[in-house]
Amino acid sequence: MPELKKEETKAETIKKSALSAFAGSDGAISILVVVLGFVCGTVLIWAVGRDPGNMYASLLQTLTGYDVLRGTWNARYIGEWLTASLPLVLCGLAMGFPARTGLFNIGAEGQYIMGMTVAQFVALYGPKVPGLHWLLALLAGALAGAIWGGVVGWLKGKYQVSEVVATIMLNYVAYYLSRFFTMLIPEANTYKTQNFPKTALLTDPFLDRITNDSRLGIGLWVMLICCVIYWFIIERTKLGFQLRATGFNREAARCSGIKVTRSLTISMAIAGAFAGLAGVVVALGSFNYGRVISSQDGYGFNGIAVALVGNSTAGGTLAAGLLFGMLASAQPLMQSRNIPKEITMIISGLVVVFISLRAGFRMIIEWRERRAAQQKRGERDD
Amino acid sequence: MSGNEKAAVPQSNAKQGSGSERYAIEMLGITKVFPGVVANDGVTLRVKENEIHAILGENGAGKSTLMSILFGLYEPDGGKILVKGKEVKIHDPNEATALGIGMVHQHFKLVHNYTVTENIILGMEPRTRAGNVDIASACKRVGELSERYGLSVDPKAIIDNITVGMQQRVEILKILYRNADILIFDEPTAVLTPQEIDELMQILKLLKAEGKTIILITHKLKEIKEVAERCTVLRRGKYISTFDVATTNEQQMAEMMVGRAVKFKVDKGPAKIGPVVLNVENLTVMGAKGVPAVKNLSLEVHAGEVLGVAGVDGNGQSELIQGLTGLLPVQSGKIVLNGEDITHASIKERILKGMGHVPEDRQKHGLVLPFRLDENVVLKDFDRQPYSSRAGILNFGPIAERGKKLIEQFDIRAGEGPATIVKTMSGGNQQKVIIAREIDLSPKLLIVAQPTRGLDVGAIEYIHKRIIQERDKGRAILLVSFELDEIMSLCDRIAAISKGEIVGVVNGEDAEEYQIGAMMAGVKLDKKPAAAKIQGGA
Amino acid sequence: MINIIGMLPSILMIVAPIMIAAIGGMFSERSGVTNIGLEGLMGFGAWAAATTHVLLEGRIAGSVWIGLLMAVAIGMLVSLVHAYASISLNADQTVSGTGINLLATGATVFLDQIIFKQDRTEPFKMGMMPGPGGIYPTAYIALALLFITWFVLYKRPIGLRIRACGEHPAAAASAGVDVRKLRYLAVLVSGALAGLAGGCIVLTETIQYTNMTINGSGFIALAAVSFGRWTPKGVSGASLLFGTAMALSIYMVNIEGLRFLPPEFFNILPYIITLVTLIIFSGKDYTPRADGLPYEKGGS
Repeated sequence: MPELKKEETKAETIKKSALSAFAGSDGAISILVVVLGFVCGTVLIWAVGRDPGNMYASLLQTLTGYDVLRGTWNARYIGEWLTASLPLVLCGLAMGFPARTGLFNIGAEGQYIMGMTVAQFVALYGPKVPGLHWLLALLAGALAGAIWGGVVGWLKGKYQVSEVVATIMLNYVAYYLSRFFTMLIPEANTYKTQNFPKTALLTDPFLDRITNDSRLGIGLWVMLICCVIYWFIIERTKLGFQLRATGFNREAARCSGIKVTRSLTISMAIAGAFAGLAGVVVALGSFNYGRVISSQDGYGFNGIAVALVGNSTAGGTLAAGLLFGMLASAQPLMQSRNIPKEITMIISGLVVVFISLRAGFRMIIEWRERRAAQQKRGERDD
Repeated sequence: MSGNEKAAVPQSNAKQGSGSERYAIEMLGITKVFPGVVANDGVTLRVKENEIHAILGENGAGKSTLMSILFGLYEPDGGKILVKGKEVKIHDPNEATALGIGMVHQHFKLVHNYTVTENIILGMEPRTRAGNVDIASACKRVGELSERYGLSVDPKAIIDNITVGMQQRVEILKILYRNADILIFDEPTAVLTPQEIDELMQILKLLKAEGKTIILITHKLKEIKEVAERCTVLRRGKYISTFDVATTNEQQMAEMMVGRAVKFKVDKGPAKIGPVVLNVENLTVMGAKGVPAVKNLSLEVHAGEVLGVAGVDGNGQSELIQGLTGLLPVQSGKIVLNGEDITHASIKERILKGMGHVPEDRQKHGLVLPFRLDENVVLKDFDRQPYSSRAGILNFGPIAERGKKLIEQFDIRAGEGPATIVKTMSGGNQQKVIIAREIDLSPKLLIVAQPTRGLDVGAIEYIHKRIIQERDKGRAILLVSFELDEIMSLCDRIAAISKGEIVGVVNGEDAEEYQIGAMMAGVKLDKKPAAAKIQGGA
Repeated sequence: MINIIGMLPSILMIVAPIMIAAIGGMFSERSGVTNIGLEGLMGFGAWAAATTHVLLEGRIAGSVWIGLLMAVAIGMLVSLVHAYASISLNADQTVSGTGINLLATGATVFLDQIIFKQDRTEPFKMGMMPGPGGIYPTAYIALALLFITWFVLYKRPIGLRIRACGEHPAAAASAGVDVRKLRYLAVLVSGALAGLAGGCIVLTETIQYTNMTINGSGFIALAAVSFGRWTPKGVSGASLLFGTAMALSIYMVNIEGLRFLPPEFFNILPYIITLVTLIIFSGKDYTPRADGLPYEKGGS
């Protein structure tokens, strides 16, 4: 009779892995990589003759609202930091979700743009009913993003089109479509539309009060709800099971009757919805008029770094998003202290490169472990 | 581990060989350690010049590791190597080649879209004066070599388009082109028809006649009896013994290999054949290049019987199974399961209607390796109650229960019970998970492909027993295997497949291996030939 | 009709950099390493060329060519990072390539801030001069590279070995080929060519480097490699197709019959065409078999 050490249900395993996620290798590696990125950034600043201390002072002020030089507090900085984090977390979810299905979604940028554009239309032309108006905008934006993402998943499943190239192409298409359609709005000029009605905005008076009138609004709740939904779907539902199986081994999933193309499409659609929501949150939370975008906002791309650092888990993505949000919202402070704001993008880029190494290390370690286990059991004969 | 032990390293016997016999290769006290496992533990091997020497052992015994060390793919952690009496260190395949050692690998190392010649000259390309690849003179030399050794290979053929037997000869030519004197063959007959195996045996004898030394890695006792002079046995990384093949019978060899008495044939009573469960009519399935891989194939499987499909890899078996299970679309023809036409049904529907499948590539099609054991067990019905609620939420309790139940029923070794991550389990236990899952779904038809590939004798015995058990419970079983022994041992009826067509179906009891072998090559034999070749050493 | 022929030099101007980058990408992938970072490498190259040229313009003759040389050098340097990560450390090649793309956006603008105190390089007065017929030398460079690559890959021993690394590295290794070394070489070549391509773009099509200069050309080059089925002939044809679409989007104002369409239609055209060709001609069967897979010694 085989000896069973301990019987666990899946729930107990989840608890165990939540703890080990923090203490275990992935969390530690993520932190290590981020620290490494910061170290490189610090060295770079110092190498070009600026004072790294200014960078850290800016970061501190962003996080806590405390101005080192003047010794004052202003909660608005915290609010702005969180506001900057919202689209990053959501775009991180948009990259992480399909990653669990085995897809590399770098189309969050385009999905974001679609969500933003549609939301702007709903804001200007939707029913001016308080509560309903912005809700409708959120739903429409999510839907637009879902369609933009779902198409890619479908193409991948049906025609094996690389999602890497397809999403990039659709990013550019979304950008130009957004410009074209937004400029069609009567009374719009080449960079903005008229102001939105108040009922469309995602402002939250409670949050306004406690963050000294920053731009933080309903988007915060949207983001938190999305994190929970992300976690729930992946870990607790049969849809999540299906998606994870497909992500780990598409062929075995197919053999088991799982409809792979459908899984890929759904996965990308949900991802697109997250990114679309990011677009809505920025469009109706940080602005009160529609924008004719002249460059890509970049949240989609930074979302990639967020998901990689967060290891495609809900909690990790939240933490990583907050981190990168801090970097982003510290940019004006940095610029005013003579630190080029691009340093944050460099740190992001370095972090992504370093993270790619983690995948590599893990692959090597797994390969060696598997070999050893096979040799020990005696059926790998070399 | 034992890499640091200064065990008594045997000394070279090069000068002690009787009369004109010298040792071509001596591997003395070889130890090789991978993380967590000792692949070779103080192994000693002495191969005489111009002999055919077999290395016998189960999967995992360390035979391939030992030869990989000889060929320079690995370096040993302990011990020494002597080639023709001189001690050498072999750091990479180039040095091995320079010493006259060549290896024909089990998994061919051929570039699929290159020609035969390009594959052979890769790494030592002849140059024209301008420094370009001199393809013309290379082709010529390859043609000459091929003729001299009776290999009949077309230098300009593309690897994708030639048979597996031919591909193996390209591998042989590769090492002859590099003037190898010592040829290592790693499980060469795994992929050949019985006829091709015969041809290979002749080629080996011819190579020996030309003065070459041959080392044959295998676990096929019949072949050892046919060509080898001496044989060294390894077990679990350790050297067991070296014996004369002529004076040893297969039973003794098997016992040395495994360490205990081995039953060759599985116990089974007569089959209780029931009604037809699977009816395949004129099935055509397209293969990879737009060419039909299964051509107008018909067969029937009854409840309570094991129907075997015997054939060499690449004759349409994979496509047949994929057509039956729904992984590939059917071009024409019908598949009827228990009276229902499922020719165009989805994979899920086929599963629900009672089709079970133990896939030939267990890691690619059968399991999600990073998943737990219980998650793998519910892979085909996780979306139904009780494993999911109607709202779509997973119920972890019942899933774990099912895992536990199957662990007990099928005697699966899983360190953490149902929570064990499948990736860490042995191949034999992984296979048990798949078989447990499929059987537990109570299929009417069970399709089993290469069920014992790469497994040790203990696991093989268990799986064979289990298959007969399920047959006796009234299931219809379709067994596809490249191992003729397995087919002949388990099957009630045997169908031979060649180039996508069923050449003939015979009864398991009075089937002759030669007959089936001929059918696998496309020749239908009605009677046993008069001068029937009786395989030696039963 | 005459309009289209008159547009030929402009079309070639846009096709040339795409083809150069695509050839580089093809070379890398034939050895088994995917290089998603082409876009970023082109960015680095463009920035290097623009910066070098604008700083040396007027002071040293031939500053344009020196700029191109710098572009090649920088492209090789950055691709070394990708090579090290993918080959020596067996990193995930897609992720590492994406990292390079992100890095490019940040690093180039960062350096602009330091050197030029603005988000872009200073505009130079005169870029590369077109040759006879209005055709830029870049077209000839592209053609020459095409021929050289074909020759090396199919006629030279090293080409035979490189292609083997991409199809079956274990076979190459057991034949004594140094897989790692050849893959490094191939990635560095792709970095050099991508950098060169970026330099060509900035010196022929515009007057300065901004973070919109490359604008997806690197990914279009990647698609050209796939659509062109990884052969020099196919890749050049694909580059021609995609480049023409891009050229149309810029010069459609010259074509009478098309003026009623909004400019965004033409902006979108190259991307849509790329996407559609990928769908219809998904060349999965033609990918080098070991493309994108890390190679471990002793593995098969």
